[in-house]
Amino acid sequence: MNNTVRVGWMSALAVATLVSIGVGGCKAPKDGGTTGETSTKATQNLDVKAIKVGEYSSMTGETATFGQESDAGIQYALAEINAAGGIEVAGKKYPVTVELQDDQSKPEEAKTVAVKFASDADIVAVLGEVASSRSKTAAPEYQRAGIPMISPSSTNPDVTKVGDYIFRVCFIDPFQGYIMAKFAKDELKLSNVAVLRDPSQDYSVGLADAFIKEFTAMGGKIATDVSYKASDSDFRSQLGQVKTTNADGVFIPGYYGEVGTIARQAREIGIKAPLMGGDGWDSSELVKGAGGPGGALEGAYFSTHYSASETSKRVQDFVAAYKKAKGKEPAALVAQGYDAMMILADAIKRAGSFERAKVRQALAETKDYDAVTGRITLDENRNANKSGVVVQIKGDKFVYTKTIEPKN
Amino acid sequence: MDQFLQILINGIQLGSVYVLIALGYTMVYGVLRLINFAHSDVFMVGSFVGFYACGWLKVTAQKTVFAGLVQLLPVLLIAMAACVLLGLVIERFAYRPLRRAPRLTALITAIGVSLFIEGAAQLPFVFGVNPKFYPEILPSGPDSTIQAGGITISKHQLVMVVVSAILVAVLWYIVQKTKMGKAMRAVSHDFDAAGLMGIPTDNVIAFTFSIGAALAAAGGVLFGGLTFKSLLPLMGVQMGLKAFVAAVVGGIGSIPGAMLGGLLMGISESFIKGAPHIKFGATDFDPSRWTDAVAFLILILVLLIRPAGLLGKNTPEKV
Repeated sequence: MNNTVRVGWMSALAVATLVSIGVGGCKAPKDGGTTGETSTKATQNLDVKAIKVGEYSSMTGETATFGQESDAGIQYALAEINAAGGIEVAGKKYPVTVELQDDQSKPEEAKTVAVKFASDADIVAVLGEVASSRSKTAAPEYQRAGIPMISPSSTNPDVTKVGDYIFRVCFIDPFQGYIMAKFAKDELKLSNVAVLRDPSQDYSVGLADAFIKEFTAMGGKIATDVSYKASDSDFRSQLGQVKTTNADGVFIPGYYGEVGTIARQAREIGIKAPLMGGDGWDSSELVKGAGGPGGALEGAYFSTHYSASETSKRVQDFVAAYKKAKGKEPAALVAQGYDAMMILADAIKRAGSFERAKVRQALAETKDYDAVTGRITLDENRNANKSGVVVQIKGDKFVYTKTIEPKN
Repeated sequence: MDQFLQILINGIQLGSVYVLIALGYTMVYGVLRLINFAHSDVFMVGSFVGFYACGWLKVTAQKTVFAGLVQLLPVLLIAMAACVLLGLVIERFAYRPLRRAPRLTALITAIGVSLFIEGAAQLPFVFGVNPKFYPEILPSGPDSTIQAGGITISKHQLVMVVVSAILVAVLWYIVQKTKMGKAMRAVSHDFDAAGLMGIPTDNVIAFTFSIGAALAAAGGVLFGGLTFKSLLPLMGVQMGLKAFVAAVVGGIGSIPGAMLGGLLMGISESFIKGAPHIKFGATDFDPSRWTDAVAFLILILVLLIRPAGLLGKNTPEKV
């Protein structure tokens, strides 16, 4: 063997190894389609002293603030429920316990946690995940085991399509796309908007498609539609393309981790058009990544589920109570985590049992529940039908700008 | 034309970071015939050390680029020093005991070291897994750009390319003009013969590791501080992969090859990202989704046509 061949071989082997290490983790799961599978349902232990709820969340990793905020909301709701003695089931009050598992912002970890929860006979229902990709990966396990799962904030439509045990208490991306399209068209008077999406995130693709569909239906034009990868460091080439189209607005349906970087590079190459995004921006870390208050994201808009500066009494009461207890304003994900826990508690109470199938039935019948993030009715696809809000970034605050009602 | 030049400039800036990392891969391969997979994690550690150094040195937003550079220099030096130490530790405890072992053993060890550093970095008391952002080292915003015709060059990009160029020049001087450089070249030419001639091969190898680590650390600081990118313990994986491909494309073991490969990868990536949509009738093809695929396509083509890489030496092994 000569050296040349060996170098080639070694390199090929090395690249193959690196690729399998680096890329293996991000492969999209091919699960799903387990709807209606009832034969493998796990057995449940009904002889318990407390109601056990599983929670899987991204406490660490790329979207750690999402998981932590969501958990803060769930814990706050839990404290409220237990302070009142627990949930009343068949004339007796049962306290609630929550078992929290961290999935490190990784879909495969979410799956591991799901397998673990699915085999736990004490668990009544599961709360989680925040991000759509992870909810989608874990949901088939809960569906198979027959454990109701409630996602506080996964907005991709496919999540609840996994099966009849999968619920969410937030709106879905087709509506979120409509919110921003309507706001861009009617309030900002934009007509030529560029879209930047991350094709490796279900959330980003779904929201980008929805926005494009709604915006063009309203008579707007899409200047260009380019892709990026969240792990990239340089977005200037794509932004250069956006700049040449003279777009009067830029829609970036990404997550807070990369949006700040994109915004700074956009401002640097001289894009002055308003930047817009979705609820993936809704994090206290967002402004930090954009160079601090008054930085590249000053004045940008994004759609989300709730704003602490909304004027309704329900929101203001919640904000005041939370602030008193925790000393800071509840972020949107806190409110959503709170709502998810409260809606579950409400369903268990209405079901009069903590049998999983009955809890599922009661959840499906949730109607006009007066939640912090709006009046929630779960529709036949187990999605929440509710209004959304648009907020504007001013300093490090997200200021309430407008509420957009559901289309019908 | 403006668009073309703009993308070219972005590509050179991106490529300059790849060059800094690729040099470490190529030099270690040159002296040891070992692919040091842990190198990408040295880059990550460098970036994080730079971030903490910014905190210790109380780096704040400056008005002029010069004042920014004055802040950047100590940050760069601290990160480089820390990574030299890390590189030496890795070499001493992971690779030196395996000097006479089969090559595959060392390769697997390298992967192990890489996974170890990545895992350790994710521990909450090391770096943790929450994204971190550098403070403003250089002034940023629309004022910090240079307009030339239709082209916008940010001063961040300029600093990045210039600092990389200076480091590469220093490396060239060390390798070509100093005694240590001469020893490095001798070891890479023939390890055993160099030892017989009285060259302290262990010291030369340790020196090579520390230079590689210092360059990777500089790359990490420039990357974190000047592209505004969030820092994560796994950030090295993506960059390391691209830089490794760059080193192989250029011809692993060859220093000019790593530079050429790095720039080539950066520029090609930039052009793919900046390419407009291609429309075949109803189907709309978006090239910006294919950046990684193109990088590997280039690698495959180069390996097929020139298995030793663009500037690699084709030396038959005597049996």
